[in-house]
Amino acid sequence: MGAEIHGTQKFNESKRTEIKFSEEAMATAKLLMSNYPQGKEKSAIIPILHIAQAEFGGWLSPEAMDYVAEILNIRPIEVFEVASFYTMFHLKPVGKCVFEVCQTSSCWLNGAEDIVKHIEKKLGIRVGETTADGMFTLKVAECLGSCGTAPMLQCGASYHENLTFEKVDRLIADYRTENKQKNYTDLDYKNTL
Amino acid sequence: MPRKLLIQNVDVPGISSLETYRAHGGYASVEKALKTMRPEDVVEEVKKSGLRGRGGAGFPTGLKWSFLAKPEGVPRYLVCNADESEPGTFKDRFLMEKTPHSLVEGMITSAYALGVHTSYIYIRGEFFYVARILENAIKEAYAAGLLGKNILGTDFSLDCHVHVGAGAYICGEETALLESLEGKRGNPRIKPPFPAVAGLYGCPTVVNNVETIAAVAPIVNMGGDEYAKIGIGKSTGTKLISASGHINKPGVYEIELGLPVEEFIYGEEYCGGMRNGKKLKAVVAGGSSVPILPADLILKTANGEPRLMSYESLGDGGFQTGTMLGSGGFIVMNEDTSIVKNLFTFTRFYHHESCGQCSPCREGTGWMEKILQKFINGTAQESDVDLLWDVQGKIEGKTICPFGEAAAWPVAAAIRHFKDEFLEIARNKKFVDISHYEKLNGGLS
Ligand SMILES: Cc1cc2nc3c(=O)[nH]c(=O)nc-3n(C[C@H](O)[C@H](O)[C@H](O)COP(=O)(O)O)c2cc1C
Ligand code: FES
Repeated sequence: MGAEIHGTQKFNESKRTEIKFSEEAMATAKLLMSNYPQGKEKSAIIPILHIAQAEFGGWLSPEAMDYVAEILNIRPIEVFEVASFYTMFHLKPVGKCVFEVCQTSSCWLNGAEDIVKHIEKKLGIRVGETTADGMFTLKVAECLGSCGTAPMLQCGASYHENLTFEKVDRLIADYRTENKQKNYTDLDYKNTL
Repeated sequence: MPRKLLIQNVDVPGISSLETYRAHGGYASVEKALKTMRPEDVVEEVKKSGLRGRGGAGFPTGLKWSFLAKPEGVPRYLVCNADESEPGTFKDRFLMEKTPHSLVEGMITSAYALGVHTSYIYIRGEFFYVARILENAIKEAYAAGLLGKNILGTDFSLDCHVHVGAGAYICGEETALLESLEGKRGNPRIKPPFPAVAGLYGCPTVVNNVETIAAVAPIVNMGGDEYAKIGIGKSTGTKLISASGHINKPGVYEIELGLPVEEFIYGEEYCGGMRNGKKLKAVVAGGSSVPILPADLILKTANGEPRLMSYESLGDGGFQTGTMLGSGGFIVMNEDTSIVKNLFTFTRFYHHESCGQCSPCREGTGWMEKILQKFINGTAQESDVDLLWDVQGKIEGKTICPFGEAAAWPVAAAIRHFKDEFLEIARNKKFVDISHYEKLNGGLS
């Protein structure tokens, strides 16, 4: 069945200490594995790593990767090989909201550098750093397929486009106030700006 | 009115739902193909249509399909390339987000033509919310008997799955995509064998771009000959163009191939001219990989003919004075733009995205970025221009996949057409950048 999807449910209620998927997450992982021919379940590794990242606090610890290896019945190194190749997987802890500001051509032409500087000033951190309260991590990213609505940034599953300084300020304030109810590594969050 | 075949209904409220999509003629190609045509007839129509791959390379789709090996008892796969990561390109996202059923319809009709019973849509991980839109569309299609067993009561069956990636431009290269889909790092494979013979899980596989697959539906509906009447010469049909940069109306436009570039940039129906009345300086016409052209050469060929949005016209003059249609990522730059800085953003991108298998690419992209960084820092010397030229020439043609060319071409073209800008920075030991200033800061005064 191809119709069922990953990420329909909200994973990650809190930072879990125990390395174990919730029942929902495990059911989704199993469903994902069934999308591929028998014996080829390893194909589901990337989708399952996305779940793991959402389940275990927004990043992939060695233990989290080992756990995914166990689910897929493959060697841990095979998981690490993949996790370390793709930029969406964070192998170090990150803040609750990871701002990824596109810096490639069309975004740069429309002021992406100024957006980055503005966020740095506003949050008091540099690119690559996380705020002391663990709320925000600032990163730069390469073209996110949003060049017509530049400049833009991605946070979790949300695209925030046609950014201005005011929009960024609002975004930061929104994420701060909604912090109590929402966790933005949550894949379910949809752009509301 | 220019013909639109792919995104004509995007403004219809609710078009992303199956019901509305069908009410507007959706899934007619599935009905027609499965009930009245043999698979080989569908392939024949696609051949006649002259459709060329919309992912960037422009390879004739019908021909590609006819290469698909069909050994007995071996499954075949159709994989849709929705990785869309070429800087400047966002048309596939637009199509999938606005009218997801167009892609699902194309997948079914194409799979029928190819005798495929399992298909995947590989979508870049960042497009997570788009993946969910597609998944909903697929769910609806299953429920309506358009996917699954015995589609529309025929004996054709098809499964379709969405597979999300996780951020790697190289996974747009078809063999890297297949590696990734198999659960590995996205390292391109050595070819041959081509995917048509040994693709996903070693089985015969067709990989096509989102827009290519979506175009199959109108082709089947109207017939290949009719489709071929649209466009110009060997550039048949319509094409989605992603327009961005210093223009009044950035966005995705469906054009009939053959539209004059000038009309595309200045026409009210399209980009609506340059923002703030600035002058046009340069255009990257087909995504970051294709050669940049200065204003005079993008508007007219070296022979003084009007430049058209077509594979042939954009390619006119080769790389000396021409470029490529590529993926249709059309980036427009105004008179304030630093070509050197723009190139720097491209090269930084390629360095970041190199998969690292081939030394010329892994090391060369890093060197190019470093040299360009010297220009940005104002510490470059005149000889660095020659060094940069030398390095790009040592990447091109020396790598497993065309990523090497994709990284080298923009560098070569920037030097070819804008060498003076590099030299000026080197001579003055100073780099001034105002290109990015006007949108957020209202311009430098
Ligand atoms: C580095 C690199 C990146 C590519 N990225 C994409 C992409 O994002 N989307 C795409 O459709 N094709 C991309 N391609 C082209 C594919 O390899 C392949 O030619 C294409 O998917 C075939 O589909 P088409 O014939 O329908 O265009 C890329 C190629 C290279 C070398
Ligand atoms: S350049 Fe920023 S989204 Fe494409």
